Parts: sequence; C-alpha cells; structure tokens
Amino acid sequence: MATFQQSVEATIPALRRYARALTRDADIADDLVQDTLVRALRSEHLFHGGEVRSWLYTILTNLNRNRLRSLARRPAISPIEDNDAPELPGPEAGGRDIERALATLVEDQRNALLLVVLEGLTYREVAEVQGVPIGTVMSRLARARVQIKTYLDGERPALRRVK
Amino acid sequence: MSDHEQPVTEDELHAYVDGELPPDRLQAVTAWLNDHPSEAATVAAWRAQAEAIRARFGAVADEPVPARLKLEQVMRNGGTMRRSLAAIAAAAAVVAFVFGGAAGWMARGASAAAPLGAGSFTADALEAHRLYVVEVRHPVEVPGSERAHMTQWLSKRLGYEQRVPDLSAIGLKLVGGRLLPGPTGAAAFYMYEGPSGERYTIYCSKVPVGDSALRFKEGTTFATFYWVEDKVGYAVAGPDDREKLEKVTKAIYEQMDRPGAKKS
Repeated sequence: MATFQQSVEATIPALRRYARALTRDADIADDLVQDTLVRALRSEHLFHGGEVRSWLYTILTNLNRNRLRSLARRPAISPIEDNDAPELPGPEAGGRDIERALATLVEDQRNALLLVVLEGLTYREVAEVQGVPIGTVMSRLARARVQIKTYLDGERPALRRVK
Repeated sequence: MSDHEQPVTEDELHAYVDGELPPDRLQAVTAWLNDHPSEAATVAAWRAQAEAIRARFGAVADEPVPARLKLEQVMRNGGTMRRSLAAIAAAAAVVAFVFGGAAGWMARGASAAAPLGAGSFTADALEAHRLYVVEVRHPVEVPGSERAHMTQWLSKRLGYEQRVPDLSAIGLKLVGGRLLPGPTGAAAFYMYEGPSGERYTIYCSKVPVGDSALRFKEGTTFATFYWVEDKVGYAVAGPDDREKLEKVTKAIYEQMDRPGAKKS
C-alpha cells in the first residue's frame, strides 16, 4: 500500500504533462504543478481517502482556473498564443495545429478533453474532478471535439481574423 | 439480437473512441459504423485528435522531473513557490486594487450622506474575494492557526465582537483573516479553503442600513450571499455554484447569527 506521499510523487510526471497541455507553456506549467504539490502537502489532513491522483488533478484544474481568471482581469493583454514562436513549416507544424486548436476551446471543455484523452481518466473520474454529472462531462467532450474538428478542417484563417 | 436494433447514440460513439463502451455494445457499434461511413469518418477524426494531443504532449511525462518539483524539495521550501505566477497574481492584484480602490472610494464619497446600497457592499466583498483568493503566499494577514489573536484584533478594530465560524464540519479549513476598508470604517475578511483548493470568504462590517434577508448575487465567476443583521452586513463569496455556496453560507449563518449574539 503506497503512502500518501508516494502516491503524490508517482503522479508528478502525469501532472506535468496535463499542465503543459493546459497552459502550452513549460514554465507556467511547472509553476502550476509546484503550487499543486504545495497545496496537496499542506492539506493532506483534508484528504479523505479515495484516489490521490484524481484529487491532484482537481487541485491543478482549480489552480489553473484561478490563474486564467487573474489573467482575464488584466486590462491590456495580448493573447497567450502571441507568446508562441513564429509559425514555421516543419515537423512541429502538426503539433502546433493541435495546440492552437486546444487554445480555442472553452476552459471546461479543454479540461475534460485533456483529462480523458491525454490523462486517461474515466468519465466518472473526470466528473469528480470537475464536480459535475457525467452527462455534463459528455457534452463538454462532444463540444470540444466538434470545435477542434472545425478548427482543423480549415477554419484557421477565419479564426485569426476574429482574434 | 435486439442489440443490433438498439440505436447507437452519440455518447456511445465517444465512449467507443475512449474505450468506455460496455463490452456487450462493442459489436453492435462496430457493425453500425460499418453501415454509416459519415459517422465512421467523424469517429476517425476524433481518434486522430486524441492521437495528435498525445503525440504533442505525451512525452512530457517521460522527461526527468525538474529539481524544484521533487517532493523533498517542495517540502523543504514549504510555502515558497512560483515565480511567474506570483508576478501575474501581483500584477492582477495591483490592477484590481487601483480600479476597485478608485471605484470603491468614489462610491464611498458619493454615498457618505445617502444610505448605503447593498450593491456597493457586495461589490466590495466580491472585489476583496477576487483579489485575495488567487494569492498563494499572502492570502491573509493573520493565519488561521492564530484564531484567538485574530478574533481579538479584529473585534477591537471593527468595534464589535467577531465570531469566526468553524467550518471544519463541511470540510473547510480557516486560512485566516485580514483587515480591509469597509463602508463606514473597518471591515473583516476571513478566508476558508476546501480540500481541492477552492476558497470561500466572508466579508463583514458595520453598515448604516436596516436588517435584510439572505440574498443571492451572481457575478461572472464568483457569487455571493449577503445579509444584514443588527447593523452588521455579511457577504459570503465563493465559486459560482449556488448549491455549494448556499450550503457554506448556511453553516456560517448558523454560527454568526445565533440568537443573543452580542454585537454592539
């Protein structure tokens, strides 16, 4: 039986992966993971059993929400995508497409999609992390997939105009 | 087989892609997709999306964990954290303070003679909530571990006996409190935190208005319940989830407004 700390430690690589996909910025992602670990260790006494992994995903998801909210409150702000390196043709181009597609998603939809396809959580676990019924997870997932498909099917020029 | 007759739903197609389809439906859905090329193409596109996401980010989990994220390092540093996030939070805090502060100040000037609107009180409470819930290092001035000292200090500054509710029964831990400007002087601000980092705050202060019943006000990301009793206004703020917030508010309300509570 793994101890609480061992379970936390074992989840760090996966948390980094999730955070990287959420933020698409390596430094911000690791900051999020660090804050998640601090929170988790501090409130170990509040952890009432269950899956340590799901609990850590919940903390990270909430912290990222706080981060996006404080960003949204800054008056003059350039879109996050502007921090990306200039777009170059090459092996990275495919990866960049999916990054940009993810960036166009509503936060809750992006969280749901990444938890399912990247982190391999079950629908039930995602429902717990997001604090919503499974039906809501399903509709977030469905909308995320429609949006990404629309984007990848060639909506990019139109989207860029809107931005 | 009746399974073949049962229509395939969109939820089942997602479950099919994500490996969540019950085994007894697998054959039926596979057969159905064979007969529906357009839906089969959609399912293939969803699969390709998932593959692209895993191809782009999957390798991050195989990278060596940076030293600052090693558990013993995190434990050694205790509360110290974040570089860029702190900068972002600080910038947001300054902006919120300048705008919120100026607006609040003008509102106070204008309403000095007029009765205070509940709107301005809840706006101040929501502003304080928004400002401090994102703080990781300094969300409060006095930590919850010094509850007795905090209660004494804030009672003195606000001019009435403070009651700091104990919400551990509903899984919320007292983070601590701070002193803030209120509509007619000092206001007290208490913060609580749940097991997954969600935060709730109480903003309370004397107000020059009569009693009011419990009311709900919804913002864009946060919501608040507020009420006035015995010339003291209370606003409980938290994430915009009415049901949860109501539960928290009730627990607070019961402890704050026990009949016979001394407030003068």
